[in-house]
Amino acid sequence: MKELICISCPAGCRLEAEALENGEIRVSGNSCKRGLDFAMAEMTRPMRSLCSTVRTAFGDFPMLPVRTDREIPKSAIPEAMKLISGIVVEERIACGDVVSSLAPICEGNLIATSSGLISF
Amino acid sequence: MTDKYDVAVIGGGPAGLAAAIAAERAGARVLLIEREARLGGILKQCVHDGFGLVRFGEKLAGPEYAERFLTQLRGTGVEVTPQTFVDEISPLKGPRADRVPPPTGFQLKLVSAKGMRNVRAKSVILATGCRERTARQVAIHGTRPAGIFTAGSAQYYTNILGQLPAKRCVILGSGDIGLIMARRLTLEGARVLGVYEAKPIPSGLPRNIAQCLHDFDIPLHLSKTVTRVFGHARLEAVEISDVDGVMRPIPGTQERVACDALILSVGLIPENELAEALGVALHPVTKGPVCDQNGMTSVPGVFSCGNAAHVNDLVDYVSESGETAGRAAAHYAMNNSQFTMNHYASLSVDDSFLYAMPQRIHLREPVDEITVFFRSREERGKTRFTARLGNEMILNKNYRQLRPPEMERLTVPLEGAELKPGDVIALEMEEMA
Ligand SMILES: Cc1cc2nc3c(=O)[nH]c(=O)nc-3n(C[C@H](O)[C@H](O)[C@H](O)COP(=O)(O)OP(=O)(O)OC[C@H]3O[C@@H](n4cnc5c(N)ncnc54)[C@H](O)[C@@H]3O)c2cc1C
Repeated sequence: MKELICISCPAGCRLEAEALENGEIRVSGNSCKRGLDFAMAEMTRPMRSLCSTVRTAFGDFPMLPVRTDREIPKSAIPEAMKLISGIVVEERIACGDVVSSLAPICEGNLIATSSGLISF
Repeated sequence: MTDKYDVAVIGGGPAGLAAAIAAERAGARVLLIEREARLGGILKQCVHDGFGLVRFGEKLAGPEYAERFLTQLRGTGVEVTPQTFVDEISPLKGPRADRVPPPTGFQLKLVSAKGMRNVRAKSVILATGCRERTARQVAIHGTRPAGIFTAGSAQYYTNILGQLPAKRCVILGSGDIGLIMARRLTLEGARVLGVYEAKPIPSGLPRNIAQCLHDFDIPLHLSKTVTRVFGHARLEAVEISDVDGVMRPIPGTQERVACDALILSVGLIPENELAEALGVALHPVTKGPVCDQNGMTSVPGVFSCGNAAHVNDLVDYVSESGETAGRAAAHYAMNNSQFTMNHYASLSVDDSFLYAMPQRIHLREPVDEITVFFRSREERGKTRFTARLGNEMILNKNYRQLRPPEMERLTVPLEGAELKPGDVIALEMEEMA
């Protein structure tokens, strides 16, 4: 039995998840489907979204906020942070534009979450 | 460039953006005044996600949430004046000296790099956000070495300037911004030794305890506080003590923890210097203006929204309050000659509430319903919430759980209640078996 706090929304439901002998996972305490999915993933392959900043070549906006465009395996976060710390953005890209692929670490892309490089 | 507007919005964070857009849509000529170079307010530095779940059904990063409103703003005729500070604000006198307010408008003295400028507006929206409690507001002994920051300044250094403010740090206070920063600093390679909270329960959301602390094995120590700091030029260590039930440090429990930074996440207070200058009545608990259902303060024509009104935990509600104030301020600007004072019913709360917003209801227009935000004073289980007018029950609603850090929002129907000036709607809570 594992006690979990659901991170899907601000409600923060307290969940209990149990791996049964037949391989099934029993979840209780959730108040919606997202809570169920979250608990299942926590018991098998925990996933997280990752938000950070990357350096830019522009003095007027030195740090560009970024996030992964999907949840990535929690275990991939340290490698993803290494990738992020090496990036320097040299074009004036907009909010939503792809900054980098996350390959070969995991699936997905890093996207910009601000248009600070193109507007004021 | 004209110097006369219907509505002047002060502050370009999410509250001010929503207010300016809504006021313009309602037909007003709007000036948006922001002291920083960029719009977006505190969202600019909140690079984590979780914003917009209520409004957009998506988990956006802070700047991304702001971007949605900036895009809308660009499609309007709102005039924006960045890097501009409101130096002075005063009501214009009414047409006759013997008339009681409402004032016919306001005069604002604006200061920017371009110089000084005077503008007039018929109504004013205060969307100036909140500020953080600082080291001066918590009792810590010792010198004042460098290395003591609020969580918000640590966030600014890390996310806007790209400078890591700490290598080994202690966080005092378990507010959400502190929890978010514990994760952020850890991701950037700093060591967060622990989060210390004087209260027996954490003040941040459970999900932030889970995803910011548990995920990174950062310990949370409850009923402990920082009682002393050590170091001359730079912080070298802090002294941690256990506290008793009334949060007094217990002698003999001190331990010394070596660190180069102490990050404070000990609460937010609405920013209300301008409100005070205007003589707006402030609420003793929210520390923001006493407001009606439209965000109008005790001074007719002066509105408040977002964190300037009361500290919100969800930006979605900040935007909502901005829209409400924006629409109402536009309406007021165009009809203020018909405004009537003293046409108010009020909302009262019992001791189980920390507070409820709004505190009063203006009755000139028929009121079909009002949106009420409230916080419970204590953590409680199954609770029945009731709203009554005299003996008449207007609404009851059951909650599974209420926690002070989580603000609740609900709609109170008032159609048919026929509220009269002086009426009191009483909000009560009762714990259920
Ligand atoms: C450090 C910090 C981190 C936060 N993190 C989160 C979070 O993770 N999630 C969340 O939901 N909420 C968070 N909040 C709460 C957050 O403040 C609100 O969600 C929201 O940003 C409040 O919007 P606002 O428009 O009321 O205030 P703000 O975003 O603070 O905007 C106020 C604006 O007014 C401007 N201003 C102030 N005074 C003047 C003046 N005299 N003249 C001109 N301009 C002025 C300021 O420069 C600023 O741009 C955080 C708050 C702080 C302080």
